[in-house]
Amino acid sequence: MNIDKKLFTLKYSPDIQSHLKPNKKDCKNCKTKACTFICPAQVYEWSEEKQELIVRYENCLECGACRIACEHKSLDWKYPKGTKGVTFKQG
Amino acid sequence: MTDNNKTDVIVVGAGPAGIACAITLARAGKEVVLIERGSFAGSKNVFGGAIYTQPTKEIFPDFETEAPVERCNIEHKFMILGKKDSTTITYRKEDNVSYSVIRAKFDRWMAEEAKKAGVILVEETVVKELIKNGTTVVGVRTELEDYFANIVILADGVNSLLARSIGLRKDIETRDVALSVKEVIKLDKDTINNRFNVGNSQGVIGEIFGGAMSGILGLGFMYTNVDSVTIGLGVTLDDLVENNYRPFEILEQLKQHPSIAPLIEGGTLKEYSAHLIPEGGYRKVPQLCDNGVMVIGDAAMLVNNLHWEGTNLAMISGKLAGETAIQALDKENYSKKTLCEYEKALKKSFIMKDLKTYKDLMNIAHARKKAFMGYYLNKINSFFEMFTSVNSIPKKEGYHKFIKSIFTDRKFTELLKDIWALLRLIWSILL
Repeated sequence: MNIDKKLFTLKYSPDIQSHLKPNKKDCKNCKTKACTFICPAQVYEWSEEKQELIVRYENCLECGACRIACEHKSLDWKYPKGTKGVTFKQG
Repeated sequence: MTDNNKTDVIVVGAGPAGIACAITLARAGKEVVLIERGSFAGSKNVFGGAIYTQPTKEIFPDFETEAPVERCNIEHKFMILGKKDSTTITYRKEDNVSYSVIRAKFDRWMAEEAKKAGVILVEETVVKELIKNGTTVVGVRTELEDYFANIVILADGVNSLLARSIGLRKDIETRDVALSVKEVIKLDKDTINNRFNVGNSQGVIGEIFGGAMSGILGLGFMYTNVDSVTIGLGVTLDDLVENNYRPFEILEQLKQHPSIAPLIEGGTLKEYSAHLIPEGGYRKVPQLCDNGVMVIGDAAMLVNNLHWEGTNLAMISGKLAGETAIQALDKENYSKKTLCEYEKALKKSFIMKDLKTYKDLMNIAHARKKAFMGYYLNKINSFFEMFTSVNSIPKKEGYHKFIKSIFTDRKFTELLKDIWALLRLIWSILL
């Protein structure tokens, strides 16, 4: 089963603004780009064309792994607003 | 609450730690505001699957009959997976040590109990920062308004950005957390009963070693709920980073193992979820108290990962912090010195004693993971493969070949290092 099908089982109320803000300059120099594979919701994808991260913040499970794994420790990571984000019904 | 938004205590985070703390205070007649960022308590929470009876009863004496529990766990399976084979040890006793629960239901029930006891629960509210007066924490800033209190208790979970913001802890390192992904798979009740050999309200816990997690610091888990089965795994974040692993792909591999697949076959995915587990242990417990503030539960790294314990440490730490807060309120003294009674109580309890017992575990596990989480697990399976084979080869030859393999497929110096690590670990645990 692919990740999109897994994420489809979740209830989200997405914000219109991202709560995840990578530092574009650091991302360009980042060797590991760990966020692009460790994220359990595959929120981050590196765009070779734009030379920046595509951030699908609306899929975020709010675990915090990307913030800790960020090579430059420069990912601006906040919880979504009180009424926003994921709701787990089976946690 | 008074007109100026001031209360006795503010607890940030309505998980097991925060709720246990808030209810302890409310039962003593103190005014408590419990702030939860989710739309209800439990809506942002994920765990393996079981809560433990004895510690839960310390907070909720009648939870076994009143709370929404799923199944009472009567069996604990330890499964060691090879590529295609597996060896399982099962301990079964019809007892009530733990229950599987769904957090969205269980945490919500606990929060309702807290409200009945007088706790003011504020949901859908994120605490953005702590308000300080000099060196003392005096309140919290939310999206909408500021709340003030004599004591602020941080139960804001594993990431605890609040504890970090006031310097109670350093930033978490990748080796100190495990990323857990899990799936709750719907199956009908009778199918679960038959597959797991249990009655209607009885359940099974599975701890899964090796397989897709061979050679890395990762463990799988399985829990039975009333009409669903939970399967998941936790892998230390540094292992994911170093190996370029996607966590959900490891879970897919685990689900396909021939010893696991039949247990969940035909089920439909109810929900996928993920969460971090604090696994830094004793050496990474942050500063627990300061002027006007205490830290409890996951925010304080209180997890005993070897025994799958977390919610119990959360609840009891919450209770102990609550008791300290009651004394402080009675004395009207909220200094670091007064609040550090909580730290002393924690040290006297099983919580810090257990974390101390395993203080060297993660260091040794990190250093020898390829051996203990990979090589030796495979060796157990190959031993049983040899022992159960019927192939007209004399048994003595089989034994000799097996013993010889230990010395040929692993360097002698590595063997010595393994033995030394094991002895050091046993020494550190028992003495």
